Amino acid sequence: MAEPMHEVALTVNGVPRGAAVPARRLLSDFLRHDLGLTGTHVGCEHGVCGACTVLLDGEPVRSCLLFAVTVDGAEVTTVEGCRSADGGLGPVQQAFQDCHGLQCGFCTPGFITTVTAYLRENPDPDQEQARDAIGGNLCRCTGYQNIVASVLRAAQLQRGGAG
Amino acid sequence: MTTKLFGEPIPRREDPRLVAGAGRYLDDIDEPGQLAAAFVRSPHAHASIVDIDVTGALEVDGLVAVYTYEDLAGPLAQPLPLLIPHPSLRAARTPYPLAKDRVRHVGEAVAMVVATDRYLAEDAAQRIRVTYQPLPPVVGLDAASKAGHLVHEDVPDNVSAHLVQEVGDAAAAIAAAPHRLHLELHIERSASMPMEGRGVHARWDETDRSLRVYSSTQTSTSLRFALAAKLDLPVDRVEVVTPDVGGGFGVKIVHPWPEEVLVPWAAIRLRRPVKWAEDRREHFISSAHERGQQHSVDVGFDDDGRLLGLSVKFLHDNGAYTPYGIIVPQVTSTQLPGPYRLGAYRVEFHSLYTNTVQVTPYRGAGRPHGVFVMERTMDAIAAALGLDRTVVRERNFIQPEQMPYDQGLIFQDGRPLVYDSGDYPAALRLAKKLVGWDEFTAVREQARAQGRRVGIGIACYVEGTGVGPYEGAYVRVETTGKVVVATGLTTQGQGHETVFAQIAADQLGVPVENVNVVTGDTRRFAFAVGTFASRAAVMSGNAVAAAAGKVRAKALRIAGEALEVDPADLSIVDGVVSVKGTPQAAIPLASVAVLANPLRYAFDEQAKQATQFAVGGGIHRPPVAEDDEPGLAATGYYSPVRSTFANGVHAAVVETDPETAEIRILRYCVVHDCGRLINPRIVQGQVHGGVAQGVGGALYERIVYDEHGQLLNASYMDFLIPYASEVPAIEIDHLQTPSPLNPLGIKGAGEAGVIPGAAVLAAAIEDAEGIPVHRMPICPSELWELRNADHR
Ligand code: FES
Ligand code: FES
Repeated sequence: MAEPMHEVALTVNGVPRGAAVPARRLLSDFLRHDLGLTGTHVGCEHGVCGACTVLLDGEPVRSCLLFAVTVDGAEVTTVEGCRSADGGLGPVQQAFQDCHGLQCGFCTPGFITTVTAYLRENPDPDQEQARDAIGGNLCRCTGYQNIVASVLRAAQLQRGGAG
Repeated sequence: MTTKLFGEPIPRREDPRLVAGAGRYLDDIDEPGQLAAAFVRSPHAHASIVDIDVTGALEVDGLVAVYTYEDLAGPLAQPLPLLIPHPSLRAARTPYPLAKDRVRHVGEAVAMVVATDRYLAEDAAQRIRVTYQPLPPVVGLDAASKAGHLVHEDVPDNVSAHLVQEVGDAAAAIAAAPHRLHLELHIERSASMPMEGRGVHARWDETDRSLRVYSSTQTSTSLRFALAAKLDLPVDRVEVVTPDVGGGFGVKIVHPWPEEVLVPWAAIRLRRPVKWAEDRREHFISSAHERGQQHSVDVGFDDDGRLLGLSVKFLHDNGAYTPYGIIVPQVTSTQLPGPYRLGAYRVEFHSLYTNTVQVTPYRGAGRPHGVFVMERTMDAIAAALGLDRTVVRERNFIQPEQMPYDQGLIFQDGRPLVYDSGDYPAALRLAKKLVGWDEFTAVREQARAQGRRVGIGIACYVEGTGVGPYEGAYVRVETTGKVVVATGLTTQGQGHETVFAQIAADQLGVPVENVNVVTGDTRRFAFAVGTFASRAAVMSGNAVAAAAGKVRAKALRIAGEALEVDPADLSIVDGVVSVKGTPQAAIPLASVAVLANPLRYAFDEQAKQATQFAVGGGIHRPPVAEDDEPGLAATGYYSPVRSTFANGVHAAVVETDPETAEIRILRYCVVHDCGRLINPRIVQGQVHGGVAQGVGGALYERIVYDEHGQLLNASYMDFLIPYASEVPAIEIDHLQTPSPLNPLGIKGAGEAGVIPGAAVLAAAIEDAEGIPVHRMPICPSELWELRNADHR
């Protein structure tokens, strides 16, 4: 009972990538185990925790709820692609370190992709909006206080404010 | 100390890796030829296994092996170890790696499938037909104590353990007291629920005849010894490495799990790497839970609210097995007294078997229940006497000048429960001020006038932290001037790479960037206990300080010889040893490291300086003195006589909706005293995370079994971990009462945030509603029921 394989070709973090996978291969598993991009994490495999969030053509999606074959030809950004152009930490990543927005770091990639997309549309959130922005992601370690602060700090960094 | 890093809120050293997606967690390990394991698990809470038919699985392409109990032999065919024996644990039972004849909870592993990938392994697992003969399940403490049915045939009352501790004559003290109360106080079952489940990866090296195991465990060293025993291998042929771990909160201290012995065993048999990463459903039904206890309290007190006698009897639901002994109920029974002088105290518990997942510590480990009992009792006394709740607490506090204070009990480490230090009245004063306790009557009245219900609660706790027996550390200065630190306990997000680097950098006078910390890798440090009970900072922190202190002394001695000065006149700043007041007489620590290792061979530029014709010195003594060792390195251990005791006070303000009974936390205030802070930002983060789990445990999270022993909410859809919207802003104030027990003066901080959560929120809801709250967690529909019952 060998499974039929399907070629999936897409752009991940600006680089063309591809692999042949069964139709049922989840996008999260495809990214992690076929492409070796293990920054995307899987916390629940049922769409609740948000750890597996990646950007699909710029929009945050839960990669554990998608089959890899359904995103053939798409553009995907993972946490590995949220670095700054010079290869250093991107502003959202930097903000999470600055504000101690992570402990074990397992949920962090999902927050970073989510916040990256959010700030593109909402560059100057207030405290309440920052809390809403992360309202769909679970973190078991931080109690969210410093993640809210990280969102605000990231916005500040992106607007070019160092302070 | 020249540089001052201890106490600084420096950013974490582990973060650049983790925020970039470059962490390496268990399931990130993929290597050529690797196989995946999946498990067939029992769908029944209690059943005999009649037959296992694997033929269906054989058709699956990519299937490599199927194993059942029949395939196990030797130590592997024996039950898994009882990790913490105790004389009161009269009927300990632990599971077999794969069920033998009988399953005792939904989720118990019955067969292991190994295939070329996880999808195929699951396909094959689904095709294995197990025939069960269902048996009557025992679910819940009532059924367990009635013992109409048994979980283990040879345990006739379902009781695994029974323990009584008594200080004074509580019954007599209560009988003679001018006031008495009786309370029934219950806490329901919950679970640690780290975002990353358990996982294990094993690789057998046939050439070397050695086994490398990666596990998301809270104890790599003990797992290593357990694996060597179970797999009949010399310890030196087994290495256990803990990769980045996505949270633990207690559940990952259990070891070896069935999967942890089976995956390495299969890797050896199949001569291929094998990996198993738990999925979320598996985590719910096959790891461990905690919290479920029912307490019955009798208390006697005087007209001022002073405790004269307290007697607590409780039932603990330990699930189907007891690999972790009686730790949870024992901690409840001993931490229950909190910051108070109890008069006479008697505590008695029965630990009972049920056909549910085993119960082992979850952050707080019995303390949240104990604090719930004590603090609800305090509030009940205040209500009975019409006194302010904080006044009753103040009158019962152990005073700072009474420290060290002996509660007369035996703690979970087998040692006397003696509080080392703490200023409980000061903590309460701070908390009252922070939350605005004295002004709240007006706030409550005002809200009432607007038709709103608000209430305030307060809860105090004392937490035994930093339990022994020991931890150790190795510190070495490289010839590059970089410092390597290794300690054996493990890390699940607590920032050990940062705090241990701060301690080492301070001792050695080097920039923190030059220090590299490794934890939980038996190749780097073989003797350790593990990460639990808020012990890592206390235990390994002091061990790192001890090892680094020895290295410092050696560096000063060698530098003193090189510079021909008294070591006492030297200091180390920024990695350079120099004569105090004469900075030009100096030698870099890197060069001292070179000199510390006399060489024959010049394998690199620096090594030249240490070769036999380059070094001067006395030709009449050996290059390495008798009492010395080569290398600028040392190992240090820390082993305390007793635990340290941290303490704190939480206060919360809630609002309950008069119609919908929705419960909203308006304010959450924390006063926390864990001795000296190594990194205040990291401690603050620990408190935040603990509070969020406390809020979850008080208002949202519970594990629900039906009467058949089916777990009804085994998903994040139904087991409600708080999102950001449910966790209020947390206001924190710190006190720092140093521990006299260890050189750094620190106490543990990891669990504190969660401990008084249920107690403080129950108190606040009770205050808002005017209805006693004696059972947690509480959700809006339960509050609504309470209101109805109250009106009837
Ligand atoms: S893993 Fe996709 S949402 Fe949890
Ligand atoms: S940092 Fe551990 S789950 Fe968020």
